[in-house]
Amino acid sequence: MQSITITREADARGSFCPGPLLELIRQIKMAQVGDVIAVISSDEGSKKDIPAWLAKAKQEFLGMEEVDGATRFICRKIK
Amino acid sequence: MKQIVVLGGGTGGTLVANLLAKKLKSKEAQITLVSASNRHLYQPGWLYVPFGKQDPRTLSRPLASLLRKRVKLVIGKVCRLDTTTQEVELEDHTILAYDYLVLATGSQVAPEDIPGFSAGAHYFYTEEAAFKLHAALEEFRGGKIVIGVGGLPYKCPVAPLEFTFLLDEYLTDRKIRDKTELTYTFPLNRVFSIESVAEMAQPLLEERGVNIETFFNLEEVLPEEKIARSMEGTDLEYDLLIMVPPHRGAKFLQGHPIADEQGWVKTDRFTLQVKGYPNIWALGDTTDLPISKAGSTAHFEAPVIVERLAGRLRGIEEEVGEEKYEGHVMCFLETGYNKASMLNFDYTHPPKLHEPSRHVHYEKMVFNKAYWYLVPTGVL
Repeated sequence: MQSITITREADARGSFCPGPLLELIRQIKMAQVGDVIAVISSDEGSKKDIPAWLAKAKQEFLGMEEVDGATRFICRKIK
Repeated sequence: MKQIVVLGGGTGGTLVANLLAKKLKSKEAQITLVSASNRHLYQPGWLYVPFGKQDPRTLSRPLASLLRKRVKLVIGKVCRLDTTTQEVELEDHTILAYDYLVLATGSQVAPEDIPGFSAGAHYFYTEEAAFKLHAALEEFRGGKIVIGVGGLPYKCPVAPLEFTFLLDEYLTDRKIRDKTELTYTFPLNRVFSIESVAEMAQPLLEERGVNIETFFNLEEVLPEEKIARSMEGTDLEYDLLIMVPPHRGAKFLQGHPIADEQGWVKTDRFTLQVKGYPNIWALGDTTDLPISKAGSTAHFEAPVIVERLAGRLRGIEEEVGEEKYEGHVMCFLETGYNKASMLNFDYTHPPKLHEPSRHVHYEKMVFNKAYWYLVPTGVL
């Protein structure tokens, strides 16, 4: 995780509507293939929703880490 | 005398200008509101236009009629913002200098961002598009209708759900519901991003025989083949496609240093100050905050900007330092057949969902009419 450089990041803490996953999808759509995208979420549901969507959309899930009581999800746009 | 320029004559801009005019003395500042249109639009009303339930002519009023007298109204489209010289240029080459600037230019639909969208899809997110959709629905006699979210970000997140419920009612009233296959799509693995809303809405959709297609992010529309294709690899056939188009910020903001490539302004989530610019604020759809792009967001943000701007202008900033936007949003959710629910939440309090009721539906009807007197004027 240490060697990964995040290309773009969105802070979606407290975002119930439209929510962290929609923000992540928006960021992925704007990004270039190869970009590393991160979203910070305070919603517990994201731990299930974000990896599930990344798998369905065939994007690469790189991992998650705790930040100030929230979670940073990191992925790479591969297509 | 200080110059305050507010860009945008929608809910956020009109309300900020009026509240500033109320708060500041005439000798303290001149307040100028710049709007591309001389009409103020009540956009939530467009939801009802496709069903013939709302005359679009009743959904706008002269902007000047909603402004306090001391607000100077300039009609013109902004084409350039120079944060170094602190000037705004309009398309007719008028230059407006500012000491304090409020950005409330909102969002605009960008159907061109999805290949085939303009030729193959309908929507109800502009006055003209809502009216065209009304004509298409009147001609519809049965077949496949696909409804959903066609791009991100989009305004008024619950509107596609509301539209689906109202469409089911409309088709039932016209006695063609049994000849119609309705499919509702959503980008995530459930029918709405907020779990409690999804838990309420999914059984209602199922009860009304609506097919549900989740994990559907529209990638392209093939108008000849009448197919909507998702980035997840699903193809949906349609006879009538109704998709919320992607949105973008104002054109002069797209790629501007204060905004991202789509034109969403980089804004502090609590102070609403544009990041790195202590004399510029943004609100409503204009910001890059991942919160609801809705009139109620701008409504609750406006007083924060007014207090902070006035504090800075008067040099008493420390006294208003506690004035923060806490993420408050409130919205109605029509569920059809004269019932509606309501959502109320902020950054730290998840949405509390009210059981759909006639009472809330009629509250929304009253609000739609009372908006003109209560919201842009700052009464509420």
